[in-house]
Amino acid sequence: MIQVTRKYRFAASHRLTSPQLSESENMALYGKCHNPFGHGHNYELEVSVRGPVDERSGRAVDPVRLDRIVSEQVVEPFDQHDLNTEVEVFAHSVPTTENLGREVFARLTGAWRTAFPGEWPRLEKIRITETPRNFFEVSRTDGQA
Amino acid sequence: MLITKRVEFSASHVCRNPALSDRENQELFGMAANPHGHGHNYVVDVTLAGEPDPVTGMVMDLKRVKEVVNREVLERYDHRFLNHEVEPFNRVVPTPENIAVDIWRRLKPHLTSLHSIRVYETDDLFVDYFGEPA
Repeated sequence: MIQVTRKYRFAASHRLTSPQLSESENMALYGKCHNPFGHGHNYELEVSVRGPVDERSGRAVDPVRLDRIVSEQVVEPFDQHDLNTEVEVFAHSVPTTENLGREVFARLTGAWRTAFPGEWPRLEKIRITETPRNFFEVSRTDGQA
Repeated sequence: MLITKRVEFSASHVCRNPALSDRENQELFGMAANPHGHGHNYVVDVTLAGEPDPVTGMVMDLKRVKEVVNREVLERYDHRFLNHEVEPFNRVVPTPENIAVDIWRRLKPHLTSLHSIRVYETDDLFVDYFGEPA
């Protein structure tokens, strides 16, 4: 069994604000991430896939198919967009990178069977780097949480 | 505890299965099937598992790890055309998946505490191999 990881990038803006909190509570909690006009990041996304090595191709995953599903589900809808106003789930939840990671995992899981109808490869984990000092991982085992 | 030694080698390869036709290879591998080959600066992370020795404070002497990796892998892989010059890549396609498996196979007899092999083909693509369950 091999784990293959491929890295993707998207640039997006967001603003951290929770409708369940008051203005002063939001400011205390999120600080400058609560700035009303928002701000952006160059996100890096690592997608890790696990499977046996196919004898014919020597590969555990077809990188073209993987690129296509990640592009359709994540890069195209997120890149050069505002997460709060243009990605539906963030109308109801705060686009922290924790929630963004769950959303990315859910999108890939939802489209997985269409892209990869067989038993393998399986989506193992994703890792999103928000800045070089902050990164967030969601694995298959906690993807349902 | 896990400790990792990182090494690099540069090699050329072509992603091509000799059992398939030119057209099938082209469909499967695209540009990487160009018969003249192309190259990468590969980065390999060799990870060992263990507890620090109470006397030396080390899980394993990384100098020794480096010697083994040099002898068993780098001297054979570095500046070679993998398909033509390195077994078993005359028979199996030198994808990063198969390279990771081959490096594991070469190192495991000498590094019994080997935990995993990570092979970066580019900054944006890497594979991890943890051996097969016994």
